[in-house]
Amino acid sequence: MTSVLDRRLGVAPQVSVRPERFGALLYHFGTRRLSFLKDPRLLEVLERLDGSATARAACDGAGVAEAALPAFERALARLVETDMLQERRP
Amino acid sequence: MSVATPLVEHFAAGLEAPICLTWELTYACNLDCRHCLSSSGRRDPRELDTDEAKELINEFERMQVFYVNIGGGEPTIRSDFWEIVDYAVAHHVGVKFSTNGSRITAEAAERIAGSDYLDVQISLDGATPEVNDAVRGEGTFATAIGAMEHMAAAGVRGFKLSVVCTRHNLPQIDDLKALADRYGAQLRLTRLRPSGRGAAVWGELHPTAGQQQMLYTWLLAHGEEVLTGDSFFHLAGYGEPLPGLNLCGAGRVVCLIDPVGDVYACPFAIHEEFLAGNVRDPGGFGRLWREADLFRSLREPTDAGACGACSAYDGCRGGCMAAKFFTGLPLAGPDPECVKGHGATALAAVEAGSVPRPTADHSRVRLLPRRPARACDESPLAPSDFATTVST
Ligand code: SF4
Ligand code: SF4
Repeated sequence: MTSVLDRRLGVAPQVSVRPERFGALLYHFGTRRLSFLKDPRLLEVLERLDGSATARAACDGAGVAEAALPAFERALARLVETDMLQERRP
Repeated sequence: MSVATPLVEHFAAGLEAPICLTWELTYACNLDCRHCLSSSGRRDPRELDTDEAKELINEFERMQVFYVNIGGGEPTIRSDFWEIVDYAVAHHVGVKFSTNGSRITAEAAERIAGSDYLDVQISLDGATPEVNDAVRGEGTFATAIGAMEHMAAAGVRGFKLSVVCTRHNLPQIDDLKALADRYGAQLRLTRLRPSGRGAAVWGELHPTAGQQQMLYTWLLAHGEEVLTGDSFFHLAGYGEPLPGLNLCGAGRVVCLIDPVGDVYACPFAIHEEFLAGNVRDPGGFGRLWREADLFRSLREPTDAGACGACSAYDGCRGGCMAAKFFTGLPLAGPDPECVKGHGATALAAVEAGSVPRPTADHSRVRLLPRRPARACDESPLAPSDFATTVST
């Protein structure tokens, strides 16, 4: 299976993102679920998704170090699973 | 990376906006439930008018409040109820409203079916008319069922059947679940707290120790199928913590705006001691949320008091502040329903006459008894993951 990092992702349209000191809060109006992003860099990655060809490129742009990538990959995968992020049409 | 920092420590600095904001639109209610957390009944002449309500919604939008839990009283009694709801939705503030169902007509249900931004909780406190009506009043079981029929017929799925757990309805817990399932609703169980008129009936209605243990096991078995608004974190002492925040969110993630605009730390804490200010004050709600002395002090680390030595403290955190306050217990120390039995001992030591009374009472009859405790609802989350997701 391809890594979530190689997908073209975006924040789902029903999701609202609120920056917080510790990172951000995401709320999905359809599923009524809330997500806590406990790292400001993850918020930056999310903000860069729209302008990036892949999630990996967004991570690069946000200055995520190679060693930290697996943690971001897991976090992004979880956000895809919960419909916070979705495939973006080219 | 801050993976190891517990979420609760992040809350100490204060969130930009509450996660679980309850907004009670009116103290007026057509019912007179014995356990009403807000002692509702009569409208208060100082209630926010339509324009003030809209101004408040504008502020929610600026603060990016995701949704508000609208309650009362019976909020649908306000003649501008739908105007307020529509305004909120148009301004990207989701609405979850609690109702006794008396005004959930077929038309209202159609309207609800049309929006993702609208969620409804219908209050019912028993699986049979006998058990429910004894607390909520004659005929209220039939009313709530009628409302659920309209919701189901309009094709609304996943609305909430909201139950305050009592000694009398916990034996019906499976029937309540079946009832929710029958109408395509989701069961939401919350804790009875000694708030509002609930103070007078708490002793008689709160679950027994055996029932609490049964509830804990039942909740573990049902997981995310059932919502609890993070009500039952004091049960963590039975074993593993239940999913949720596992702390008292008052002033940190939770707050109440009452019908006259008074801002309290929690919907279950309507007392001067927990009053932060009024939305009509300069700077409005946003300033209170960010700067009120009360909220700042609630965001400080809490003193565990007599709970400090308890092995369950990490999950239980000493339980519910409001439950302690309105039973006369010290805030630093065990919950009145402490699963280790310390609450009962502490309650026995409370001096008669020393228990604080709620400071706002809008009951129609001035005898303490009758309305449903609606939770500190919306529970957020679960700790310690990098990106944590929870159902609200
Ligand atoms: S634990 Fe009690 S006081 Fe704290 S937020 Fe919940 S209901 Fe309110
Ligand atoms: S002693 Fe305190 S922390 Fe321990 S179970 Fe009782 S209320 Fe909870």
